[in-house]
Amino acid sequence: MFSFPNIAYFIPLLPLLGFLVNGLGRKHLSKGAIAWIGSGVLALAFAASLVVFLNLPSGGPTLLNAFDFIRIGELRIPFAFQLDALSSLFLLIITGIGFLIHVYSSAYMHEESAEHYGRYFAYLNLFIFSMLLLVMGANYVIMFIGWEGVGLCSYLLIGYWFRKPAYTQAANKAFVMNRVGDLAFLIAIFWLIARTGSVNFVDLPAALSSLSSSDITWITMLLFVGATGKSAQIPLYTWLPDAMAGPTPVSALIHAATMVTAGIYMIARSNLLYTAAPLTLNVIAVIGIATALLAASIAIRQNDIKKVLAYSTVSQLGFMFLAIGAGAYGAAVFHVMTHAFFKALLFLGSGSVIHAMSGEQDIRRMGGLKKVLPITYFTFLIGCIAIAGIPPFSGFFSKDAILLSAFLKSPILYGVALFTALLTAFYMFRMFFLTFGGTFRGTDEQKHHLHESPLAMTLPLMVLAVLSVIGGWVGIPELFLHGGERLIEFLSPVIPVVEGHAISHSTEYLLMGLSTGLVLSVIFFAWTRYRQYRSEESSAPFARLLENKWYVDELYQTAIVQPLHRFGGWLRSFFEPKIVDGLIQGVGRSIRYISQQIRLLQSGQTGNYALWMVISIVVILSIQFFVRK
Amino acid sequence: MPINYYLFLSLALFTIGMVGVLTRRNAIIIFMCIELMLNAVNLLLVAFSKMHHLKNLALNASVGTDGQLFVFFIMVVAAAEVSVGLAIIVMMYRNIHSVDIQFLNRLKH
Amino acid sequence: MIALLLFLVPLIGGLLTFLPNKSGMARSLALGSALLSLAGVIAGLTLFKQPLYWEFDAEWLQTLGSRFSLKGDAMGMLMSLLTSIGVLLAVLGSWNNDVQGSNRFYGLLLWMQAGMMVVFLASDALLFYFGWELALIPAYFLCSIWGGEKRIAVTFKFFIYTFVGSVLMLIGLIYLQSLTPNHSFQMQAFRNLEIPESKQVWLFWLFFLAFAIKVPVFPFHTWQPDTYEQSPTTVTMLLSGVMVKMGLVAMIRWMLPILGIGVFIWSDVVICLSVIGILYASLIAIRQDDLKRLIAYSSIAHMGLTVAALFSLSGFSNNSNVVLQYHQVGFQGILLQLFSHGINILGMWLLADRIERRFGTRKLSELGGLARTAPTFTIFFLLIAFANIALPLTNAFPGEFLQFNALFHAQSPYRFVFLVLAGLGVILSAIYTLNMVRRIFFGETNQATENGLRLSTAECLALSLVVGLILVFGVYPQAVLDFTNDFSREYVKAIDITRFLAK
Repeated sequence: MFSFPNIAYFIPLLPLLGFLVNGLGRKHLSKGAIAWIGSGVLALAFAASLVVFLNLPSGGPTLLNAFDFIRIGELRIPFAFQLDALSSLFLLIITGIGFLIHVYSSAYMHEESAEHYGRYFAYLNLFIFSMLLLVMGANYVIMFIGWEGVGLCSYLLIGYWFRKPAYTQAANKAFVMNRVGDLAFLIAIFWLIARTGSVNFVDLPAALSSLSSSDITWITMLLFVGATGKSAQIPLYTWLPDAMAGPTPVSALIHAATMVTAGIYMIARSNLLYTAAPLTLNVIAVIGIATALLAASIAIRQNDIKKVLAYSTVSQLGFMFLAIGAGAYGAAVFHVMTHAFFKALLFLGSGSVIHAMSGEQDIRRMGGLKKVLPITYFTFLIGCIAIAGIPPFSGFFSKDAILLSAFLKSPILYGVALFTALLTAFYMFRMFFLTFGGTFRGTDEQKHHLHESPLAMTLPLMVLAVLSVIGGWVGIPELFLHGGERLIEFLSPVIPVVEGHAISHSTEYLLMGLSTGLVLSVIFFAWTRYRQYRSEESSAPFARLLENKWYVDELYQTAIVQPLHRFGGWLRSFFEPKIVDGLIQGVGRSIRYISQQIRLLQSGQTGNYALWMVISIVVILSIQFFVRK
Repeated sequence: MPINYYLFLSLALFTIGMVGVLTRRNAIIIFMCIELMLNAVNLLLVAFSKMHHLKNLALNASVGTDGQLFVFFIMVVAAAEVSVGLAIIVMMYRNIHSVDIQFLNRLKH
Repeated sequence: MIALLLFLVPLIGGLLTFLPNKSGMARSLALGSALLSLAGVIAGLTLFKQPLYWEFDAEWLQTLGSRFSLKGDAMGMLMSLLTSIGVLLAVLGSWNNDVQGSNRFYGLLLWMQAGMMVVFLASDALLFYFGWELALIPAYFLCSIWGGEKRIAVTFKFFIYTFVGSVLMLIGLIYLQSLTPNHSFQMQAFRNLEIPESKQVWLFWLFFLAFAIKVPVFPFHTWQPDTYEQSPTTVTMLLSGVMVKMGLVAMIRWMLPILGIGVFIWSDVVICLSVIGILYASLIAIRQDDLKRLIAYSSIAHMGLTVAALFSLSGFSNNSNVVLQYHQVGFQGILLQLFSHGINILGMWLLADRIERRFGTRKLSELGGLARTAPTFTIFFLLIAFANIALPLTNAFPGEFLQFNALFHAQSPYRFVFLVLAGLGVILSAIYTLNMVRRIFFGETNQATENGLRLSTAECLALSLVVGLILVFGVYPQAVLDFTNDFSREYVKAIDITRFLAK
């Protein structure tokens, strides 16, 4: 029961239990109890994940079959879990970071009433449960269940403060945009069922032979569209910045570390299919780099601390897709991991700042927080360095792996990716200097309230900071350390390693040196520019374009939402009552009209009746006489 | 003598009666036309009963009498009808001083 | 025996309910009858599930070739379970309503149940028709006596509309009877018929119109939003939760196996209509301010998908097991969805009714903020709303999943277009459902919603039952799938038209 592999059942069940207890008992439990339960189940789940991770047999996956979800004749979709290198890695990330964020939340949300506090933790636990289903599922359907489940929790948590209409709007937007992707995902599953009769991951290698190349292209494309929804890529990325309406720990957990990387996970899971679909890979690479660039360009001109991080997340996800497009699934997963560390750190750090600033999120009104929030300041700095990609911080190794894979695919991709990486360093440090450097620019009342966050909040920050530093060391390239790239090797049962670096060591050094040097100079540039705050109001059209996020939201609004809305209104108020119902009513009305006319035959004149009688008799007789025989 | 003569005579009488009923407005005339139609039928009945059973007459003297019996029925009914009908017409005349059937069509309202 | 009981209990129960004049008495009698039939069904599903308990056959109208024969196959059993749950929920949901003349109200309700039971269980065409009308007429009276302001005009439309359909169907049934060798109305005799293609082409429409009006399929749906809006919600529950399923069950039982070729010829047209219906109803639902009308349109959209999936089963397999397997998968989804959608929409109406009674309005624009003042109610509503958009781990998901799968395997050149367009309905359903949730529950409260809403014990019980069913069959749909497995396997063989083409 408590040994491998059955202990894996506890990993999703514990958060589910936490959800039930906190959800049902939220009116009866104290806040302390709620926090302990919420975080405790995560700690236990993390321990169980650790057991799974350590006991993982090398080679093939371990399958756990709970029961048959759907079984009809030959079609069998088991409710089964798959434990292998990829899923166990994700399990660790999810439960580990999830635990830290639960602990953080217990302090961050302390102003909520017990009932809402319980609701919050229940949602959070439910999210972890769904996310675990997503990564543990042994087939696409179970994955899809988790997939929609995390979408649901994201919806619930974005709209957690449901009294603000804008927040619930954002929640709706997130859910609906995710649904667009989900539809494509579903169709891909049907396609797979139609061609191979199975949705299990373990059957994929065998199924590959029964798929034609156009099948594979279509399936992978559709799956990718699904991934663009969940992982916020062009064209379905606009929900993620709006999703910052949720509480900050939620943004850290769902919209940075875990849920949004589900798309990467799904594609890495299906890497066999993708490798067989070069066309799709090209599309993914282009979309990935385009998203990375677009989001990074927007982030430069954002002033909301969480919005900057949100666009940064979109941009980093774009990087991961770029890696996938270049065929480097391992690098993508590596970046998922390091990104989870430093982005969770940054979000939680921003939460700490917001907490200290009594809810203020505009970096123009911050500044000088270095002295009052030393721990936050220091950990945030580590996060920024990590994301900017300076050795030996974690972000460097994963980003370098991605840049290298892009270089191998096409120098143009590499160039754009490098440029985006520089943008990343720029906007991160812009935000950093505006927030922590200079002098305080907020109101006096805010200044009075400034304080470092409690230990429950700073402790996760510190842990994540350590991880952000050392997290990349599992993937140190061969170049520096013989027997490096441990992560790639670890993942090799799931993601086959493509042999042969077609690149010399000197080129590799050159690329690394180039990117590091450029990043450092960009940081220096940002320092000179934003060391002291100065207003950035600018009427340059390009700046306005960036400030308004390239008007993509407006475009969607006028091109899709409004027309649909208007069309629906037209159907409701004109087409339905006048045309469809009018047709039906018309039948009724014409019958009424005809009977009005026929009524006149009933004249009341006996002579008339007699005449009709005679005429009819004559007609009948003549029919009888002439027609028959 | 072929039956055709009787048929045509009867048909002519019936048609005259029918046209009379349909076109005239005077109740008495309509009444007389109805009598005419009845008599046309009577004529037909008598003619058929005589002619149709001509062959069997030698075997059975009473054959064909049922048709003629019907004629008596009709005459009785016609007589009863006349007595009632004329009474109605007389009442009508007393009330409205007219025997025009169009005059009473407001009964329908 | 059970089959007969399921007909007799509500019939006699209804009769008894008419007698007392005190409202509490009638209510209790109705509850008793509803519980008794539910107990009957459950007993029939567990202890007495051998066919012999579910079959009943007696002399009826011998000169017409019709017998009183009831036969509960897996679909019939499932639907009678749904019916008895529906009536129970309806009675529970209206437990605290002060119904004027409640003895007549509940009596008619139970008679409606009797009629629906006959429809679901009849294996004789004339008996089926009899049940069809028996269910319709009480519904007419219920709506026109206890309905809203415009009830007379609306129920008249409803009645005429469905009645036109019924008459067409009756003509079709009589025609089919005249074709059978021994002039019988028995289902088996109908199924054995080999009707030439030229006749099936038009016979199809006689039946299809009748059933399409009931379901309803676009563009025959206009009676539905009006009727749902004007009827008392208790009746609406039965209308949309159960009675609408009559149309589908009728298509499954009396069209596909009998008029296979006609169905195949027209299937593209029907799927096309259904898909248009899905998008059309969803788009209207997005712009709907009236809660009841919104639910009505959402129901049209859901049923559209089921009809589309059903007609995509039509085709020839050339005796290939693979094709039959696809068809079975799709058909299982349809059966599952018949049941699940019934449960969900019943829950939806319970909630809508509660809102209307508490706040005296159905307008979304006049509600808001209930999540703060009525948290328990909100949880129920959210769960049922998520079932309505077929979120995984709710009961609607496996059904819709399998139905889409069926659509994917339709023998039509346009199947992919159909699939994608129908899939857009999934997105639209999320839009209108979440919009509804947002406008009722989120945001600030107003004067009306300030004081929140309390659920009575009876309502809590009813809603818990619904939510329980949603979750149980959402996590373990295999329970239903196992139950209908044999039936569906036989059924897809019966509707396969390969045997006609061979000749």
